[in-house]
Amino acid sequence: MDLLEFQGKQFFATFGIPVSDGRAVDTVPEAVDAAEAVGYPVVVKAQVHVGGRGKAGGVKLATNADEVREHAGNIIGMDIKGHRVNVVWIEHASDIDQEYYASFTLDRGAKKHLGMLSAEGGVEIETVAVENPDAIAKIWIDPVDGLTPEVARAWVLAANLDPRATEGAIDILTKLYTAYVEGDADLCEINPLILTPDGRVHALDAKVTLDDNAEFRHEWGDYALTQVRDEREEAAHQKGLQYVGLDGSVGIIANGAGLAMSTLDVVNQAGGEAANFLDIGGGANADVMAGALEVINNDERVKSIFINIFGGITRGEEVANGIVEALSRVTIEAPIVIRLDGTNAEEGRAILEPHLSDKLQSKPTMLEAAKAAVELAK
Amino acid sequence: MSIFVDENTKVVYQGLTGSQGRFYGLRNRDYGTQVVAGTNPKKAGEDVDGIPIFASVADAVAETGATASCIFIPAPGVKAAVMEAAEGGVEFIVVITEGVPAQDEAWFYNELKRNFPQVQLLGPNCPGIISPGKCNIGITAGEIAKPGGPVGIVSRSGTLTYQALYELKLQDIGVTTCVGIGGDPVPGTTFIDCLERFEADPDTLAVMMIGEIGGSAEEEAAEFIAEKMTKPMSAYIAGVTAPAGKKMGHAGAIVSGGKGTAAAKMEALAAAGVQVGRNPTEAGALMVDIVRNLG
Repeated sequence: MDLLEFQGKQFFATFGIPVSDGRAVDTVPEAVDAAEAVGYPVVVKAQVHVGGRGKAGGVKLATNADEVREHAGNIIGMDIKGHRVNVVWIEHASDIDQEYYASFTLDRGAKKHLGMLSAEGGVEIETVAVENPDAIAKIWIDPVDGLTPEVARAWVLAANLDPRATEGAIDILTKLYTAYVEGDADLCEINPLILTPDGRVHALDAKVTLDDNAEFRHEWGDYALTQVRDEREEAAHQKGLQYVGLDGSVGIIANGAGLAMSTLDVVNQAGGEAANFLDIGGGANADVMAGALEVINNDERVKSIFINIFGGITRGEEVANGIVEALSRVTIEAPIVIRLDGTNAEEGRAILEPHLSDKLQSKPTMLEAAKAAVELAK
Repeated sequence: MSIFVDENTKVVYQGLTGSQGRFYGLRNRDYGTQVVAGTNPKKAGEDVDGIPIFASVADAVAETGATASCIFIPAPGVKAAVMEAAEGGVEFIVVITEGVPAQDEAWFYNELKRNFPQVQLLGPNCPGIISPGKCNIGITAGEIAKPGGPVGIVSRSGTLTYQALYELKLQDIGVTTCVGIGGDPVPGTTFIDCLERFEADPDTLAVMMIGEIGGSAEEEAAEFIAEKMTKPMSAYIAGVTAPAGKKMGHAGAIVSGGKGTAAAKMEALAAAGVQVGRNPTEAGALMVDIVRNLG
């Protein structure tokens, strides 16, 4: 789950990381009140789950109430790369002497946490990584050891920050690591991490991705409210289905994440494009199948449906009965192609046989089924 | 022979008294796996269809000589369950549970490496391991695999693994061991761990590998294959068409920052001499050809 900037800052603040005083608001009058409360000058910042806000005109400096009114009025409701701005964050503007970059994430190859710190902040770190890789000081942290004070100090010194920033950076990085581990984040990034002219180190931005698997031990309800899902994804999420909306015209239902991904691939190889990724898990019973069909059926992009099931412990007969029952419950507009294979596949296909028609075809292999579904979607 | 588990492996099921643990534990026993114990501190002294329940893995090991553990504990309890298994003295731990927090995985992976180097962890979020005809630990339908050899399989995906087993069986080709390493960001057992053992196993003559987008495990495996593998291989990578930035069902299956694409993985494997199929059926057919040409 990706947090908005202001949520990331609130998350940081609970771990003692210094952030600017600010307020999240969704109307112009509230924006003015917030600016009066935090003190001018202020920065009016669009809160969206996408980068490049500044270039899009979503970040503006305001020195008085009229300017706040003007900028907040423009930014609220603005569209940034397809994301509508519903909330702006008003924060007291900081004086900036230096801009740095700091982050923690998991290095899956090394199976350790990766900390990155750079004196070249404020720009895309990917650009720094390509053009000047030596400017990024990296450390790999064994989760069993954690980030020790000695390692944190050596790391900060290796990054060649302004010497005035050393103690403040060590303090923030130590807290940021705690936030990353105890807060169950997949990513904690501060860009820029700033040094002010009076020598304070401070998080001017916050990019935080939380690990959805850890929600059981946190109170993340408020964060979930601002997650952006398209309508299809929201409907699937409510039914507990693993769904990702895509732009093609072949609706996909498969059991297992790998098989679902593979189904997208064969549809593509057959010359079509999938409308979605949908993994119904191992069971494939009538309830789950009916729920999946409902989600696909409500998608206007879908011109044909490809149901790709490999029976393992769930036998072909059970899968076939589930499909037949689901079809009796949901009226499906688009034609369906079913590929049923695996344990007792023949028995399963025999159950489907009397129900077959132009609108419900059965194909023995993934490739043949993909071709048929793509043809029907044309 | 087989790798990691065989007819002598004795397994304790952590979570045998739960519905999932009971269902698969009993199925695994029916397959022929030595399911010797279950654990549940509140139900010690009871049994599940004749399988004795102990308070802890340590007790189960002491009483039954269990050598492996299979964990069906819900995600919040997995970290503690893994450490209980390691401290209890088993040497092979299979975690079927999905949805384990990444911070927990990263921690217990490194804790085991450091303080329990003799322990091999498989998973989390994996279908388990099957040495057909000998031992089946986890959720694989045993009947879709033909015992014997000469093929070894290692896979990040559950259903695609079943499909591979099934297609080989239809061609009357047996499997020594099929390892599902799972789709999580920090898998306890890697492709390379399995490839090393398949290379050393005299009954495994060819290896099939099924990967997916995300991370760099397939690229690392390709390096290992180029340097160390003498046995012929076929491979398939799922997710050629997956868009960047979206998790495709598995926590680990995400293309981020242009890294972890299927194309890069397929290229790396092909460069290492692996025959790469564009879909699971093609990879299966390539493996059938490899086996037919073994002589």
